[in-house]
Amino acid sequence: MTYQRPSFRHPELPLNELGYRKKDYEGSLSTLCAGCGHDSISAALIQACFELNIEPHKLAKLSGIGCSSKTPTYFLGNSHGFNSVHGRMPSVATGANLANRDLMYLGVSGDGDTASIGMGQFVHLIRRNLNITYIVMNNGCYGLTKGQDSATADKGSKSKAGSVNPFQNIDLAGLAIELGAGFVARSFSGDKLQLIPLIKAALAHPGFAFIDVISPCVTFNNNVGSTKSYDYVRHHIDATATFDFVPLAKEITTHYSAGSTQEVKMHDGSYLKFNKLQKDWDPTKKETAVHAMHKANEAGEILTGLIYINEDSKDLHQILNTNSRPLNQLTETDLCPGIHKLEEINKSLC
Amino acid sequence: MLPHPIINDFVIRFANVNGTGSASANNMFAKAIFRMGIPVTPKNIFPSNIQGLPTWYEVRVNEKFYLGRREGIDIMLSVNPQSMLQDIKDVKPGGYFIYDNSKPLHKEYIREDIHYIGIPLTEITTKEYSDPRQRMLFKNIIYVGALSALIDMEMSVLQALVEEQFKGKEKLIAPNHHALDLGSQFIKNNYKYPLEFRLERRNLLQNKILFEGNAACALGAIYGGATVAAWYPITPSTSVVDAFSDYASELRVDEKTGANNYAIVQAEDELAAMGMVIGAMWNGARAFTATSGPGVSLMQEFLGLAYFAEIPAVLIDVQRTGPSTGMPTRTQQSDILISAYASHGDTKQVLLIPNAPDECFEFSALSFDLAEQLQTPVIILSDLDLGMNDHVSNPMKWNDRKYKRGKVLTKDQLDKIQRYGRYLDTDGDGIAYRTIPGTHPTKGSFFTRGSSRDEYAIYTEDGNAYKRNMDRLSKKWETIKTYVPKPELFQKENQSKFGMVFFGTSHYSALEAKDYLNADGISLDAMRIRSFPFTKEVVDFIESHEFIFVVEQNRDAQMRTLLINELEINPKKLIRILNYDGMPITAEHIKREIKQSLNVDHLQMAEMQHG
Repeated sequence: MTYQRPSFRHPELPLNELGYRKKDYEGSLSTLCAGCGHDSISAALIQACFELNIEPHKLAKLSGIGCSSKTPTYFLGNSHGFNSVHGRMPSVATGANLANRDLMYLGVSGDGDTASIGMGQFVHLIRRNLNITYIVMNNGCYGLTKGQDSATADKGSKSKAGSVNPFQNIDLAGLAIELGAGFVARSFSGDKLQLIPLIKAALAHPGFAFIDVISPCVTFNNNVGSTKSYDYVRHHIDATATFDFVPLAKEITTHYSAGSTQEVKMHDGSYLKFNKLQKDWDPTKKETAVHAMHKANEAGEILTGLIYINEDSKDLHQILNTNSRPLNQLTETDLCPGIHKLEEINKSLC
Repeated sequence: MLPHPIINDFVIRFANVNGTGSASANNMFAKAIFRMGIPVTPKNIFPSNIQGLPTWYEVRVNEKFYLGRREGIDIMLSVNPQSMLQDIKDVKPGGYFIYDNSKPLHKEYIREDIHYIGIPLTEITTKEYSDPRQRMLFKNIIYVGALSALIDMEMSVLQALVEEQFKGKEKLIAPNHHALDLGSQFIKNNYKYPLEFRLERRNLLQNKILFEGNAACALGAIYGGATVAAWYPITPSTSVVDAFSDYASELRVDEKTGANNYAIVQAEDELAAMGMVIGAMWNGARAFTATSGPGVSLMQEFLGLAYFAEIPAVLIDVQRTGPSTGMPTRTQQSDILISAYASHGDTKQVLLIPNAPDECFEFSALSFDLAEQLQTPVIILSDLDLGMNDHVSNPMKWNDRKYKRGKVLTKDQLDKIQRYGRYLDTDGDGIAYRTIPGTHPTKGSFFTRGSSRDEYAIYTEDGNAYKRNMDRLSKKWETIKTYVPKPELFQKENQSKFGMVFFGTSHYSALEAKDYLNADGISLDAMRIRSFPFTKEVVDFIESHEFIFVVEQNRDAQMRTLLINELEINPKKLIRILNYDGMPITAEHIKREIKQSLNVDHLQMAEMQHG
């Protein structure tokens, strides 16, 4: 590269509680197209991790293949990352999580990576309830291969070249709720105020947390007639609620008008506060969440916000009853039964 | 004239219907021979089916330790009418056909050149038992009892095995003892016994075990410190993870908390299984998967990523005949090339090839050390014959040792390094230093990707950086040659201009053939390959012989191709000795093929030697 991100920062920029600056959560310079929605999501991730006081090395970021999956280089440069195989990030994340349950896991994927080549692994990840925050940067097209429709492109959406998508779209958020995911949200890369608390809440959720982020592709899918363009999304957003994530033992700083709020307490003591905009919708009740999504679909609206949350589910480690000490920290003493046991086994085979 | 007794040297085959409980009776039969100290080789020949189809169990007895399969059936014990006609044809002239004569045999079933021994198994079980399931199960025990009289098997050994099998269910001991007696008494009352094919106690196996390769691999993984097992069910590898699960639930549960020091995930497919292994080992745990050929095909992309990104992984491939809808329950050594060069791009993979259960254990445990030290996948090539059949083996060996985790930097080490480079060859052996996520807040992290990065794991598409990395991987490949197990040589000094090379389960049949050829005046030196890349010893052996017979169990002579390709050997020097009918290779076959090729090629070889 011939250019670099300037390393200079204002000396009086605030530190978080762990003493890290926001810079410590940044990554290398993005090589995506100028104006790409994905860069806004990266910025939201940086902000969320900075505000949540996450130790950078206590989070691992994993991705598949595609524009979205390149982004983990652009944030959390002090965290290990893994750009794996197209559509197979969920399995790599599963192995990584099994090895060390003490880290936080962030899975970054795209609509092609998840809804097509990786659909099998995506649904099984939900089935196992891996403790991971899974973000799909959803632009409805294949950017790196120059703009082919993806499986999340809406039926009737027009491509830059003018062709109309004749196929049903796959709604990943709806699918995730149906499969039993305990945290399902949808957001828009251009709505930082909603996206940052959603990311924080997802990271705090003790199981599979899914955020489908509509993230326009400025180069291949930002034309008139596309349902994933900036203009279209801005005009059709129907937020479920204004929403705030309140970390463990923190003062509530956001103020809501009395009578319209709903609180959801999370396992670690944090809680979520909703200022509800819709009647008949309760984010802790699956049926009402699904109903709200269907209603928005019929009205041609895009429902965003935290759509569904269920804190009462066992994650994969609980299901498998693994040691609370991470498996990657066990040594010979814990793992090897030793010579005498082997002699006993040999004897039993005589 | 009474036939001359043939002591401890015969083959008996049981023709059963699968799903009728015959397996445990047959295993008891083989184990009794083992307990009498006589080398024995049992083999299951079974269909890809759960209930109702023919299945066979073949037991070779041979006190000279010829443990490979032998052609020709001396005694056929038939309880399956479905396969009876063929089973009768398979008996060697002069052999015995033992059958249920509750109904008389049709005349087309009668051969003049074999003996028939009828036992009214159905009649006896109908009289003795009212429950149909008991009739089915005890029929198996009764025929074992009958055989004990016919071949002089020690009844006390059988009785002891019954007692061990039903420890904790003592009520079942007496009825099983009774069933053994029913069979034995019937023979004693109705036939001259024993037959000329008979057993005689030898006590040759005091220091041996009888064990199957898959369970030995699983136990090796336990000893080697594997904590994550991810897999997808596929014959013939399934019993590796089944056994791992059994051993882990006994040996890997925290005494205080009851929590598991392991995690087993049945993945959605083999791709996911390999992805999980790579994710776990990238994150510092020891992980493995077990599969067979179709699974290795599906894992190709991940194996390539692991090769380039230098992530340890352990794969146990229990080979079977191809393809996916092939004969999944028959054995072969046909994944050599797909494993050695697994994936796209320039890739080479480390192979370990065990020949017996003790080596399955050793290599399985070793594979985790090698994978971490060499930072690359290690593939263990077993096969169905080794994995799913019991084998007489040396006991498994272990010396309590620290695991060799390879070059992994700690927090303190990172603090002392000015600039960490994940792919920087600081030691000159082509192997760079790894860091495990979570080690250090500000140092040592990097973004793992296949290529398009430099020594510091910084993104670049510079062709020179790519080439430098590939050259370093070639250097690492040379280093690997000094780590992998050396071949086994069967002579102190070379005796012949002819050499014989074999690997895995061809071991016993190859050595047996070598003895036969030697008796016929053809002397051969022998070498068993145990790993890939080929070490210097392999090169030396091949270079010091004029002609080499490469014995293997596949059609395309894959090991021969690998030798030619890697060592740039004149193809004419390596002669194919192949077996690929799905049955384990036999010494007779090897001897026949070598003799034939010596006759055919004799003139040509002579010409080459002089020219």
